[in-house]
Amino acid sequence: MDQPFEPVIVGFLCNWCAYAGGDLAGVSRIQYPPNMKAVRVMCSGMVHPELVVNALTGGADGALVMG
Amino acid sequence: MVECGRHLNIEIHTLSEITDVAGSEGNYTVTVKQKPRYVDMDKCIACGSCAEKCPKKVDDAFNMGLGKRKAAYILYGQTVPLKYAIDESRCLFLQKGKCRACEKFCPTGAINFEDRETIKTIKAGALILSPGYTPFDPGQYDYTGYKRIPDVVTAMEYERMLSASGPSMGHLVRPSDNQEPMSVAWLQCVGSRSINRHDRSYCSSVCCMYAVKQCLVTADHLPPQASQTVFYMDIRSHGKDFDRYYEDAVEKGVRFIRERPHTIDPSPEGCGVSITWMDKDGGKRTEHFDLVVLSVGMEPSPDAEQLSKVARIGLNEWGFAKTDPFAPSQSTRPGICIGGSFSGPMAIPRAVTQASTAACKVAMELASAKGTLAREKTYPEERDVEDGEVRIGVFVCSCGINIAGVVDVNAVADYAKTLSGVVFVENNLFTCSTDTQVIIGDKVKELNLNRVVVAACTPRTHEPLFQETLKGSGLNGYLLEMANIRNQNSWVHKHSPEMATQKAKDQVRMAVAKVAKAVPLHSRSVPVTQKALVIGGGLSGMSAALGFAHMGYDTVLIEKSAQLGGNACFLDKTANGLTVRPALEQMIVDVENHERIAVMRQATLTEAKGSVGNFTGTIQTGKKTTTQVDFGVAVVATGGLETKPSEYMYGNDPAVFTHLEFDAFAAQKTNAVRKAECVAFIQCVGSRTKERPYCSRVCCGHTVKKAIELKEMDPDKQVYVLYRDIRTYGFNETWYHKARQLGVVFMQYDPAHKPEVSREGAKIVVLAKDHILQQRVAIYADYLVLAAAIEATGTSDLSKLFKFGVNEDGFVNEAHPKLRPVDMTVEGLFVAGLCHYPKPLDESIAQARAAVSRASVLLAKTEMKLNPITSYVTESCDGCALCVDVCPYNAISLVEFQGKAGLLKRIETDTALCKGCGVCSATCPKGGVQVHGFTMDQLMAQVNAVIKAS
Repeated sequence: MDQPFEPVIVGFLCNWCAYAGGDLAGVSRIQYPPNMKAVRVMCSGMVHPELVVNALTGGADGALVMG
Repeated sequence: MVECGRHLNIEIHTLSEITDVAGSEGNYTVTVKQKPRYVDMDKCIACGSCAEKCPKKVDDAFNMGLGKRKAAYILYGQTVPLKYAIDESRCLFLQKGKCRACEKFCPTGAINFEDRETIKTIKAGALILSPGYTPFDPGQYDYTGYKRIPDVVTAMEYERMLSASGPSMGHLVRPSDNQEPMSVAWLQCVGSRSINRHDRSYCSSVCCMYAVKQCLVTADHLPPQASQTVFYMDIRSHGKDFDRYYEDAVEKGVRFIRERPHTIDPSPEGCGVSITWMDKDGGKRTEHFDLVVLSVGMEPSPDAEQLSKVARIGLNEWGFAKTDPFAPSQSTRPGICIGGSFSGPMAIPRAVTQASTAACKVAMELASAKGTLAREKTYPEERDVEDGEVRIGVFVCSCGINIAGVVDVNAVADYAKTLSGVVFVENNLFTCSTDTQVIIGDKVKELNLNRVVVAACTPRTHEPLFQETLKGSGLNGYLLEMANIRNQNSWVHKHSPEMATQKAKDQVRMAVAKVAKAVPLHSRSVPVTQKALVIGGGLSGMSAALGFAHMGYDTVLIEKSAQLGGNACFLDKTANGLTVRPALEQMIVDVENHERIAVMRQATLTEAKGSVGNFTGTIQTGKKTTTQVDFGVAVVATGGLETKPSEYMYGNDPAVFTHLEFDAFAAQKTNAVRKAECVAFIQCVGSRTKERPYCSRVCCGHTVKKAIELKEMDPDKQVYVLYRDIRTYGFNETWYHKARQLGVVFMQYDPAHKPEVSREGAKIVVLAKDHILQQRVAIYADYLVLAAAIEATGTSDLSKLFKFGVNEDGFVNEAHPKLRPVDMTVEGLFVAGLCHYPKPLDESIAQARAAVSRASVLLAKTEMKLNPITSYVTESCDGCALCVDVCPYNAISLVEFQGKAGLLKRIETDTALCKGCGVCSATCPKGGVQVHGFTMDQLMAQVNAVIKAS
């Protein structure tokens, strides 16, 4: 392997808290690794188990449900 | 704030000061002086380049001077309007004539050093003044150690020290040596409840709770062995659910010491603070703390005095705005109302309520002019996009250098062109600028685009703007998707531009995948029944009914008993000594005679159907008579009751009373009470117990008032008050002070050693341990008055009818305890008075008026638009009803219908109740229920777009 391992993480972010927190991290310029790709949802309760399973079986290294 | 900034009918004038208020109620002319901003608000896109390049550093007022900002600045990240300003007093160019760096680097040419002060006149029917408050400055008094000892900070400074956006990024360190403090102490009542050297005799109401909150937050920041100590006089956790919070802090190990330290010195080691106090046994105790926080109180805003002069309104003796308990937002000048803590120290829920109270008062006064100046936007007819091919336009924003400085926007744009369905891609310097909106609109029309992706900042602030643009060009606003490549990319991945660019591509691919599956969504409009139902005919209910009626809405007021007035019928005087009865009687007459109010006595609501805007209720009067009532909104004001104690010989001895009973007795048997040699009060009877772990809030004030009356009747009469914490919050503290001056003896008791009560001949003997003498004393009283707990009434039956939430103590839950304090968990329902939480008369009236204000927002229109992001049933639903139970809003019901194979079941969703949370869709095993705009198909497309890259 010539490149270091970079995990692919699918994030499910609640519009009202985690996604807003993500925005605030931006305003505050808090630096973090770019591996997580955010799917905005209206509530973390909206995240169907199939979405997580599909992400993981499809090749994602991690799934993060934040709400 | 964002909503306020965006509202078509709210004009915001920042940097402005009122210099004159001429005219009278209904027709004011307000003169406003606006200071120059030196930044053109239309051009500024808040990229921050001016602040970045500005060479002048100044103390950051938002961080209480603990950090630095520039002379070109915004107060904080979420400022509304989000436009930079130049601090005239600090700007090098404006002060010394040299620099102009901001002007040079501003990408939009927004800097305008020619900006000058302007004078505007505004015509207004009424005014609401909310200048807020200011924290007490302990620097002027040496005994607090503030400014003299580096590790003594104010609670406001400490708040910033704990904050993730604060000067140390949320990592708690003390000022002297930047080390984590392992012992933190709070000193309560700094600048409150004191007439020693500063004249702040009132209680600031909020400090106990913020100190407890800071203790718990501190515990989260520090290792488990770190300690938190609070030095206090009385813990005043008198708000809803506050006592539970305090007890929780005690359980978690926060140390509460009921002493006022007399000496605060620097620690001999050079860091930290040494505190000395006298403990209960009279012994001197000295302890070292790494950091000391001063729980500073609230003072009137420094501008309050000037504002009161120009607005010609009266201030009270403490410099807060003078108001009337029966019209709690009304200033001394008609047509000028008071919002928030300008009328006295109060916590957020009350301040927010008070603001709505003021809005209600204004709406009542200006009812005849309602809607005459309101503006509404119109849009061209929507294009049909259902069947055509997907034609996506992608607009990639550079945001000046905010995005382009990290992300290679051209590479992102080139990449977007390769994606399926994308027919047009453009990079803009600022996609949000007004001219780009024209470009987007033109491209939509010219190229027949039917979906749009904007790769820029966050949809949470900018989605509405781009939706407007789409709507303006004939596209449905929901055919838009945003890729957040600024807040959640360039700003947070500054140091890895390549990976940031790759992530931006991924984000665009995800947005394109989702938008391709977007369909137009329409807000369903439902007609609104412009009529209100008020449940409960006490003071709160009547205030609400009169509020609606004055605004011009028909109102049905139902009262369970045979008469109006509720608990207020038994109240003698308000906190500030006004007699209740005349005002109450006038109110009852007003309610009974108002043509828009229909009063139903001995009436109970037995059934309720429908949802916001369209409720139908069945009201039972008498045994068999029922009436159907249609209403758009309802105010729940079912009140509360003083409970009957089960201790201290209550019920077994005629000389033991509750508050209300004793008030009635004293009114009838004035002579007997006058002759009494001794009267004792016991506080917290049934409150703050295991059974009722809440404070009944009004009893301390009630006791103190009665104690003063007794003392004034006969100064030789002995009056004892046995208490746990005296909670005379706000200006009531001055009554507590007066009672002590008159010689009322206050004895603190510990709940583990409650007073013992027995009868001995003509006297009642109360045995209690005196906290100063540390000895048991016997009080021989003629009368014993018990401060009995208050319980909500009627909430349990009603909550079943409407399915709204009540807390463990039976009080009605708010939609949000701080920000929506009168809205209930079911939309269209509002709460006021004792059924929400025990509160005095003025707060009940304020809350009722606030409920009317909030409800009138719904009643103002004949039609109501519902949020289209709601759940819907698909063909796959087989009526298994798994979703019915999990729905937190009771928006789903199971229905039967006649299908080909016989009687079938499926669910039905009520879009008026649904909030679009999608718990139903995540629960359904067969895709039988989905959420518009966030369908399983759309979310899966996004997930697949992520993993496609890997």
